[in-house]
Amino acid sequence: MSDTEPAIELRGISKAFGPVQANKDISIKVMPGTIHGIIGENGAGKSTLMSILYGFYKADAGEIFIGGTKTQIPDSQAAIAAGIGMVFQHFKLVENFTVLENVVLGAEEGNLLRPSLAKARKLLKELEEEYELRVDPDARIDEIGVGRQQRVEILKALYRRADILILDEPTGVLTPTEADQLFRILSRLRDEGKTIIFITHKLREIMDITDTVSVMRRGEMTATVKTSETSPTELAELMVGRKVLLRVDKQPATPGDVVLDVENLSVINSQGVERLRGVSLNVRAGEILGIAGVAGNGQSELLEVLGGMREATGRITVNGEEIDLTGRHSDGQSRRERGIAHVPEDRQREGLIMEFHAWENTAFGYHHDPEFNSGLLMNNAAIKEDTARKMEKFDVRPPDPQLTAKNFSGGNQQKIVVAREIERSPDLLLVGQPTRGVDIGAIEFIHQQIVSLRDAGKAVLLVSVELDEILSLSDRVAVMFDGKIMGERLASETDEKELGLLMAGITEAPDKPVEEAVEEQLQARDARKAQIHG
Amino acid sequence: MDRMPHWADAVLVPLISLLLAAILSALVIIGIGEDPIAAFKLMVDGALMRSSGWGYTLYYATNFIFTGLAVAVAFHAKMFNIGGEGQAMIGGLGVALICLFIPWPHWTLALLGSTVGAALFGAAWAYIPGYLQARRGSHIVITTIMFNFIAAAFLNYVLVNLLRPSGAMDPASARFPESTHLPTFNEMFSTAETALFRGAPANVTFFIALLACLAVWLLMWRTRLGYEIRALGHSESGALYAGISPVRITIITMLISGALAGLMALNTTQGESERLILNATEGAGFIGIAVALMGRSHPVGVLFAALLFGFLYQGGAELALWTNIPRELIIVIQALVILFTGAMDNMVRAPLERMFLALRRKEG
Repeated sequence: MSDTEPAIELRGISKAFGPVQANKDISIKVMPGTIHGIIGENGAGKSTLMSILYGFYKADAGEIFIGGTKTQIPDSQAAIAAGIGMVFQHFKLVENFTVLENVVLGAEEGNLLRPSLAKARKLLKELEEEYELRVDPDARIDEIGVGRQQRVEILKALYRRADILILDEPTGVLTPTEADQLFRILSRLRDEGKTIIFITHKLREIMDITDTVSVMRRGEMTATVKTSETSPTELAELMVGRKVLLRVDKQPATPGDVVLDVENLSVINSQGVERLRGVSLNVRAGEILGIAGVAGNGQSELLEVLGGMREATGRITVNGEEIDLTGRHSDGQSRRERGIAHVPEDRQREGLIMEFHAWENTAFGYHHDPEFNSGLLMNNAAIKEDTARKMEKFDVRPPDPQLTAKNFSGGNQQKIVVAREIERSPDLLLVGQPTRGVDIGAIEFIHQQIVSLRDAGKAVLLVSVELDEILSLSDRVAVMFDGKIMGERLASETDEKELGLLMAGITEAPDKPVEEAVEEQLQARDARKAQIHG
Repeated sequence: MDRMPHWADAVLVPLISLLLAAILSALVIIGIGEDPIAAFKLMVDGALMRSSGWGYTLYYATNFIFTGLAVAVAFHAKMFNIGGEGQAMIGGLGVALICLFIPWPHWTLALLGSTVGAALFGAAWAYIPGYLQARRGSHIVITTIMFNFIAAAFLNYVLVNLLRPSGAMDPASARFPESTHLPTFNEMFSTAETALFRGAPANVTFFIALLACLAVWLLMWRTRLGYEIRALGHSESGALYAGISPVRITIITMLISGALAGLMALNTTQGESERLILNATEGAGFIGIAVALMGRSHPVGVLFAALLFGFLYQGGAELALWTNIPRELIIVIQALVILFTGAMDNMVRAPLERMFLALRRKEG
């Protein structure tokens, strides 16, 4: 392939935001007709690099070559003209327009809409046949599922004659089955000669789909290798810059008494949509129950109810004692008094006050604790001391209790939260997305801490959208779909495939092709939500 | 990785803003054919070079400290209490009732009583908007400004129909009894040989204002309540997570804010006029907003900003008295200071941040 021109070549791209060097002298060649993965941790500079390529940012230095010719990309119009299409993590679709209207939007020809639509309909038909990109052109966006919406984004790019497709973390919102479908479409596109840049932080996806992979770390391109000649371990090392343990080291669980017992829990949100529909589950001492599911199927609401942030109906007992689900004794304070600690899903909005010092955050939620107070006043010296101790134990960097929370990296912010909650040695630990936006080094550490809390005989309820994380940490796995528990499995006796079907709401072997069954379930769920919403 | 050092944010930004306001004011004064340097000298002479000038400056500053603290406390919970004016008016009513209807043996006891009265009345007036915001989601800006009008009309009614001594033409209460009169600086600091602060209204309330600064600092940074107020102000979802009730904290914050604004009446009503009059607040409730903005909602900042505005008020009065600069233009100058130090804060901050970044990069 070395004799052909690269589809895209970047030479010496640099970009700084204030004091942060997001991209440092990045050079990369993407060969035509390949799927080129770009992997790196959050904040490694992947998105910045793609935004430069798509004309959102202007590089401080460097050159872009498309198909061998030097090209200026001052805005996204120029990127489109150069044959680049982008599928964003968060779709940019008009919800109450049809598929066809969305595809045409911004690329209409002439003042009348009708000829453009007719032409687009014909083209869509061709694209559909060519790439198996099946979507009903007359369906409204808010009536179709996330997986199909993503296909519309791809169609939009193809309609604009893109030869190079950039996909930014495309599987974040998909069930495993939908992700597989996407991968098939991408392979097909590659086989037809398109070039695809695939951005992700998931090693498995890189191994599954890409031909070549480039690794970014702290704004630099650390390596570009053939996927077939590398391994997940090697890639992880390149991403982090040192050896990492991808598997969690843990002994089999020895579950004790039931700590948390949830019966028939239901939640209706402020829009009148039922987000939890009769959830029942229990967690025993000394075990980790993982809640798997695609984001938005009620896991967040479950955590919020358990953490006292949201009212609900049903019955919850902790160590055999019932807890209030409404009223003034249903808040974070009273939950903590019952021995429940909570690492929330969103550390920046919930778990931390970003403008507070690290030490102030160490008391957050526990600021009524006698050890942090002396009489009427807070005992700031005691809190700072406690913070310094926790920072050392959890290797928070920099170990400075005076530093403001927002000035720590994502991983270190999460360590502050985890340290605060785990060091209480709670009877029950609620953990939501413990490693979202956290660097691999910190992931390893946080996982170890959760496992050792379990080994100390505490109950852990873990919510994560990363199936890998669920499988490697949990002893038991419950799968949520559309506000219900679809099933429970022992982690040692299940696999991604089985969980993937449960995540799409399929509990028994369907009598039709799996993909059709998944599609049906997802549509039924979205219809239910939309109906109550209206 | 803060964008610029803390001292630059707290000191440099307000100073540069002030300088810009001064330059613009100077241009305005040149525009009407007066000499800005002479005008400035006159302001300084009148407000700071004589003890009686200081007496006025500190009197005004006392008002602004209270209203500035009131706005600052609410700011920490991310609420914009622009009802300081109304809360201070109703606080005045509390002071008047306490002073008129309770026979106090000595001013110290009267001051204690009226402090409680002013705070309670101010807090009560702020409670309603606070409750409406917390429970009903009615925006605090709208309700507090409406409550300013209601307070003014209510006070008008009370003064004309209830508190006005029979036969008096003036919509004002009777004079407070002698035993409630607060010692002025003139009485406190003059010696047999030299009379200080002659004729100036500054009185013992100034020290209560200083105590209030200390109390607010303790509250915000040393107590659980202050911690919860600041947490709520930064993130409501975070507060919810930590088990801090947004409803409870919103209402309590407004009570404290209203109480602080109400305390201003000690200075104007008990300290200066010694009876309750209409419009005793003279816009100090609104100046409090600028004071809190310029003082970065910190008691020390509020104290200095209040002193600055006290100087502008007194210096401005001197200008109106001795030059051809009309009274309205003095309001323009005060408005420029508010505009630059409060509203256009970012205009100075952004370039300054860039400058510090560039400096740091050069070092690194």
